[in-house]
Amino acid sequence: MGRAWKFGDNISTDLIAAGRYYHLRSNLPELAKHVLEDARPEFAGQVKPGDIVVGGRNFGKGSSREHAPVIIKLAGTRAVLAKSFARIFYRNCINIGLPAIVVDTDKIAEGDDLDIDLEKGIVHDRTRGIDLTFPPLPKVMARILEEGGLVEYIKHHGDLVVAGT
Amino acid sequence: MPGQTLVEKLLSRASGHPVHAGDITIAKVDLAYVQDGTGPLTFRMMEQMDLVKAANPQRSVVFIDHSSPPPRRELASDHVYLREFAAKTGMVLSDVGQGVCHQVAFEKFVRPGDVVVGADSHSVMGGAMGAFATGMGSTDVAVALALGKTWLRVPETLKFEVSGTFPRGVYSKDLILRVLGDIKTDGATYKSMEWGGPAWASMPMTERMVLSNMAIEGGGKCGPQPSDQETKRYLKEHGREADWKEIRPDEDAAYESVHPYDAGDLEPMVARPPQEDNVVPVTDPSVKGLRIEQVYLGSCTNARYEDMKVFCDYMKGEKVAKGTRLIVVPASKEAYTRAMKEGLFEILLDAGATINSPGCGACPGVHLGIPGDGEHVLSTTNRNYVGRMGNPAAFTYLASPATAAATAIYGVISDPREVK
Repeated sequence: MGRAWKFGDNISTDLIAAGRYYHLRSNLPELAKHVLEDARPEFAGQVKPGDIVVGGRNFGKGSSREHAPVIIKLAGTRAVLAKSFARIFYRNCINIGLPAIVVDTDKIAEGDDLDIDLEKGIVHDRTRGIDLTFPPLPKVMARILEEGGLVEYIKHHGDLVVAGT
Repeated sequence: MPGQTLVEKLLSRASGHPVHAGDITIAKVDLAYVQDGTGPLTFRMMEQMDLVKAANPQRSVVFIDHSSPPPRRELASDHVYLREFAAKTGMVLSDVGQGVCHQVAFEKFVRPGDVVVGADSHSVMGGAMGAFATGMGSTDVAVALALGKTWLRVPETLKFEVSGTFPRGVYSKDLILRVLGDIKTDGATYKSMEWGGPAWASMPMTERMVLSNMAIEGGGKCGPQPSDQETKRYLKEHGREADWKEIRPDEDAAYESVHPYDAGDLEPMVARPPQEDNVVPVTDPSVKGLRIEQVYLGSCTNARYEDMKVFCDYMKGEKVAKGTRLIVVPASKEAYTRAMKEGLFEILLDAGATINSPGCGACPGVHLGIPGDGEHVLSTTNRNYVGRMGNPAAFTYLASPATAAATAIYGVISDPREVK
């Protein structure tokens, strides 16, 4: 269970982790206090563990800064849902063990109570009583996410062992 | 099987077997790099993975460019950690004053045929060399540095075919802004943006670099361009002719879509905030005549010697308008030195410019030209998002160095075709 925080289209990594806080990048708990500040200033102070960030199109566009998904996760967010993701942000989410899920987020409203079943590929919106399905991740990404992220994956396998999957 | 696109060729070589769009492959990495905003996290991840080593130290580079020289204690201390890590692993260090990672990498390291992975989204600029170059996050680059490989999905390709002749006052920046206006900021997500055509072939390398640089602004995974005689000329100019080899897509390559552009139809373009695809011609009443407090000539997109030369060709003998600031941040030490030796600094200083040391400067909003609340900036950089230049209450308009010069002269967004 988690509360939906709705965001619009084209949420950039600058909106998530602003350049003016560049000096906090080696102090992630402090940086996380400013997560998504330029999109919704109240988010960082009010987000609760298990809450879910719900974006529109092209979520996470822009820079490669992995700090963006890291501080979304550090703030307690359980997953990010969007109609589509920018490529680097999407890969970063999986690498740090934060589920990034492509669903039709137009059907979800601000404050909805959501449940996510990663294995079955279903977002259950309890408030609306609807199920939204999503396609499974490519195998290589599913493995990385299942193992808790790329660091854990490499510690476990000692190598990238995903060719042809 | 149809022939191969540029990206399919590049990733086939790096995979050791033929690959096509949609395949997932493990590719050998020929060059990996980080910068000072992403490097500390990359190296902490390498420590967590117990992989404090570089697979190819001489092809692994640590760039100090985003906060260079550092404006704050925390950033200076990040630099200490980066230098120590580079020394410990034998990685190459490109320290304060050398310039923006993508520019320096292009001048010194990127070779035709390479797979290049950088912990910065504008790493795609390496594509102009005839390389597969892409940006990734810190953990992916940590693996690429330590193991010398990465996993990739081979992307489908959007082919951009440019014909015709660029009119006076119109540059590749105007072309890429026009393309972004057409395809939008997610029009090339997960895709390769490949370039070709007769007008492309006649473009000098420094103009081609702009096209690859801003592939990420369309969401692109890479922006590869053929390696031809111009690539050879550029490498020779940089003492690296031996690195050259010809790379072209197959005639019968399968493209997802082909996008023809006639350079002769193009006009100077301006991208209005808050997105790179919010593009209009400079003649549009929403931009022309708009008061500009700061003109910024900088970044990996448009701050090479050639960009400063174009700017100075307009600016020579002129003064920056009263009430407007001009800030110049050359992209690299090479650009800085040549501009100084060839008299461009004199023109810029006479006009009233402030010239800062090579690096990313104000583009990512760290220092050296953060705009004030309510101010409008005309910038040769690549992004105009809310807060991008360090102040969410300021407004950034993107354009070419020529449009930036015209704007600096008049203090309002101006058409370079109307100067002199």
